[in-house]
Amino acid sequence: MTASILTVDDSPSLRMAIRIALTGAGYDVTEAGDGVEGLAAAGAKRFDLIITDLNMPNMDGLTMIRELRKAPEQAGVPIIFLTTESDDAMKQQAKAAGATGWLVKPFVPEQLIKVSRKVLGR
Amino acid sequence: MSTQDPVAAFRVEAGELLDLIEHGLLDLDHRLDDRALIDEVFRGLHTLKGSGAMFGFDALANFTHHCETAFDRVRKGLAPATQELVAVILSARDHMRALIEGDGTGLESTGAVILEQLQAAIDAAGGEASAPAASAAPTAQPKQVACGGWRLFFRLPADAMANGTNPLMLLDELRELGECKIVARTDTVPPLAELVPTECHIGWDVELRGDISREDIDDVFIFVMDDMELTVEPLSDEGAEAAPEIAEEMPVVEAPATAQDGPANRAGANPSGNPSAKPAGESVRVPAERLDELMDRVGELVIVQSRLSQLASGQGSAVGNELALRSISEEIERLAGELRDTMMVLRMVPVASLFSRFRRLVHDLARETGKTIELSTEGETTEVDKTMIERLADPMVHLIRNACDHGLETPEDRLAAGKPAAGQVRLSAHQAGGEVLITIRDDGRGIDRARVRAKAETQGLIQPGQQVSDHDLLQMIFHPGFSTAAQVTNLSGRGVGMDVVKRTIESLRGAIDITSAPGEGSTVVLRIPLTLAIIDGLLVRVGEGRYVIPLGAVEECLELSLEEDLRSRGRSFITLRDRLVPFLRLREIFDTGTRPDPHQKIVVIATGTERVGLVVDQIIGSHQTVIKSMSPLHRDVATFAGATILGDGGVALILDVAQLVMLGQNQEERLRAAG
Repeated sequence: MTASILTVDDSPSLRMAIRIALTGAGYDVTEAGDGVEGLAAAGAKRFDLIITDLNMPNMDGLTMIRELRKAPEQAGVPIIFLTTESDDAMKQQAKAAGATGWLVKPFVPEQLIKVSRKVLGR
Repeated sequence: MSTQDPVAAFRVEAGELLDLIEHGLLDLDHRLDDRALIDEVFRGLHTLKGSGAMFGFDALANFTHHCETAFDRVRKGLAPATQELVAVILSARDHMRALIEGDGTGLESTGAVILEQLQAAIDAAGGEASAPAASAAPTAQPKQVACGGWRLFFRLPADAMANGTNPLMLLDELRELGECKIVARTDTVPPLAELVPTECHIGWDVELRGDISREDIDDVFIFVMDDMELTVEPLSDEGAEAAPEIAEEMPVVEAPATAQDGPANRAGANPSGNPSAKPAGESVRVPAERLDELMDRVGELVIVQSRLSQLASGQGSAVGNELALRSISEEIERLAGELRDTMMVLRMVPVASLFSRFRRLVHDLARETGKTIELSTEGETTEVDKTMIERLADPMVHLIRNACDHGLETPEDRLAAGKPAAGQVRLSAHQAGGEVLITIRDDGRGIDRARVRAKAETQGLIQPGQQVSDHDLLQMIFHPGFSTAAQVTNLSGRGVGMDVVKRTIESLRGAIDITSAPGEGSTVVLRIPLTLAIIDGLLVRVGEGRYVIPLGAVEECLELSLEEDLRSRGRSFITLRDRLVPFLRLREIFDTGTRPDPHQKIVVIATGTERVGLVVDQIIGSHQTVIKSMSPLHRDVATFAGATILGDGGVALILDVAQLVMLGQNQEERLRAAG
């Protein structure tokens, strides 16, 4: 079955780039524009992977990850966050919030696909 | 958005981000310690930098990085926000726009200057030199390669599985590196009663054989490295004798993301090879519920369509069929109307997007003129057609410039006149029927009647001593070549006068009016139709062609009696309620070569106070007119504003009322001069 991925980012162009890369790699991609939308989407359906930005309006990525991890049905869902620089403090916070891994922006599609494969195993 | 080009999407988005940053900064200028605003500006800069780098706008990313760094200090409370800093970042924002829109050449020096100013602003703000450190390139670590392989032990943190790490996948990844011998260590697994099923207590001993670098192994564990237990040692035939390394002491390795960040890999996403970077295409954001509405209508249309095909293929009695057909026809008429309305609403955008542009303008004007100007807006949620917004921008810029430059006094003069030092410019919008009224009001000195009068007299617009109503006198400023500015400043007097503003507004089928009270200020009211796409028109016939006259401009229709026609020949005036109204014979203008109908009609059209009659052969009736633009070949034909397609498939040209009125007035003047 096609792995389904939720991407949460407030930047439409970035979401588009992610969607193009991941659908090209055969994944099923759903988009959300901020943490609130991301939570709603994740509540409606369990995704195989969630890729989220950290800096977003309404609800940032950190809060969303924390909220997601509170929900028992989200246990074990890999969450990859995007971070703009190798900001270590941010990375630690996101990891502590329950993120699985990260991807440093800017990235090329191959890196995104590689990281997705890594945590999805397919 | 259907486009599949992320770079184009980025340009659109960057434009929005820049607007957001500008807003935030302009607000911040007044409320320097507003945390929410600081965060907002920071986030805008941050996203712009991140996305810019993603899509190959490296110059933008680098430049923005410095601004972000500076602003981050403000955000973290290390430096205060100052008006100088806001001003510098505003100019930096303009530079960013140039970087996004241009091809990035010839902008380096501008950027460097701004960065210097930025540094100065930060220094002045009392923050220590932030010296935006160039992000040090990650130094490649010498590769450790063990000839035989590695022996490792790892145990994941207890919450790793709940947090999405699958240990089986880590083992799979290790297997991909080379031949593996894996033994699970279950010594720390608690008794069943105490076992939490989502936690991971198993450790693994792995013997990994092959020509594998240490980095490859670290890559496998990259996401869990910090918290896990991991020992890695070279595989030696003697067995494990070296002291096991502790995970915490291991060198930190960059994520694979940066390791691959070579220029070759970036080429795919890099548009810099394309010098003709075009501005992003127009797009409109539509709230989802409006799309749902549209979807509802389309759904109903599909149902009606299926009823129609059923009717077409069915038997039924002729009478029954006719009834059914009529009902379907009515249904479709209703749906078409609703679809049209829904569609029109889709094109509507709030005037907030227009008004918000002027905040920067007023900010800059205040700086240039040394006046204190407060801009307030009202009714920003009023919606107008997207194209209308674009075309209103320039005239409004001119009107606001006028208000700030001519209208408002200097703070000293204001205080002397007993007014508060800060001048007010107020923009408001509200909908009235099928029109939107946009008001630009200032509380400045008002229009100097004496000066307008003097100027109008020197230009020969009115005779010295001629009685002119106050309202008519004020309208003089819309006359071409009319400028009352005593001195031409940097801001106004650039050759674009109020006449251009008036013409632009009229080309939008709108109207402009000005009122002014000496000492209290001036008010300009723009009345514009809600949309440019569909109008109510009056369909008329001239010769064999059909034409549409925008109904809003039609004042009245009357018959041109034969006697009157003969009597007025050569003069082309009719007396309408004791006023002479010039009229144009469209048959002659369009050179139809046909004989006039015995009962010709005159359609009197007006813009503002000027009226002109149009002589047509027949008035067909009112007509919902969907405006199609003219082909590029015909765009310069002044008398026509566009074309429309009629119910029978024929084409009717839409008359340009403003042009025709001008034509009529010119004729009047010519005749007056001759007579």
